Amino acid sequence: MRIDCKHVWEHISAYIDGEVDAELRAEIDRHLETCEICSAVLDSTRNVVVLMADDRVFEVPTGYSDRLHARLDQELKLNEPDEEK
Amino acid sequence: MTAHNDEPATELIRRILGGEKHLFHDLIRPVERSIYFLLFGLLKNEVEAEDAAQETAIKVYVNLRLYRGDAQFKTWVLSIARNEGLNRLRKQVSRREDSIEAQTEELDGDYTPAVLTSWREIPAEMLERKEVAALLREAIEGLPEIYRNVVMLRDVQELGVREAAEVLCISEPAVKVRLHRARALLQRALAPKLASVAPRRKGLMGWFQ
Repeated sequence: MRIDCKHVWEHISAYIDGEVDAELRAEIDRHLETCEICSAVLDSTRNVVVLMADDRVFEVPTGYSDRLHARLDQELKLNEPDEEK
Repeated sequence: MTAHNDEPATELIRRILGGEKHLFHDLIRPVERSIYFLLFGLLKNEVEAEDAAQETAIKVYVNLRLYRGDAQFKTWVLSIARNEGLNRLRKQVSRREDSIEAQTEELDGDYTPAVLTSWREIPAEMLERKEVAALLREAIEGLPEIYRNVVMLRDVQELGVREAAEVLCISEPAVKVRLHRARALLQRALAPKLASVAPRRKGLMGWFQ
């Protein structure tokens, strides 16, 4: 069975996550061998996924951790965890 | 993350509840970034997200006896963070143009990806350029809420499908569908912009394996 480009796009996210079954993966791989457009779409989508996981994209504000733990110190001094309800 | 990673959390909780309150700092430290990012994904405001993160940490402390160990500690904490964030959103809603309801509708219809054959390399070094990180942040922040939340959990914080489903109170298939649409929207928004700043280099195909 030959699958078309649209069919490939529908499965790109699952393909990147390794969640398509072996048969579909083989079909997609076959399609990608000859389809420049779909391989470009796959590569750029995968690039986006890889880049998003980089710690430099989202950073916590400077001093976030210090302020959080200072606030927790106050709380810990004043209060105990609630008793079982 | 797998379940056995939670054994240190369970042990810490036991000791905290036994009176060693100062250990709560160690308990919350490994998840504090995730708390912030989840809240930032919801609230889209640094100051508000930080304030909500502090409230979340305090709620985790106060309610620590309620943690039963049937979910991963991180998942449980992120659920508390999400509730905190949603409560704040509800309070803001009258001030916002787009209501939560309007944002929770699924987008229908086909999507057509941006086709760009010139940006094939994995340009991890691109992130050294602040403008690239900013482009990614803007694109994620520009997603409808239901997609943004999934992307923040799955691709930014790299939670598993099951954990993301638990935090968001949706099914695992729904996580996958939303993630797929989110990535498609991001690809379409980002590919042309990133291609224009990507170094034109060849020979990095090994990255794709």
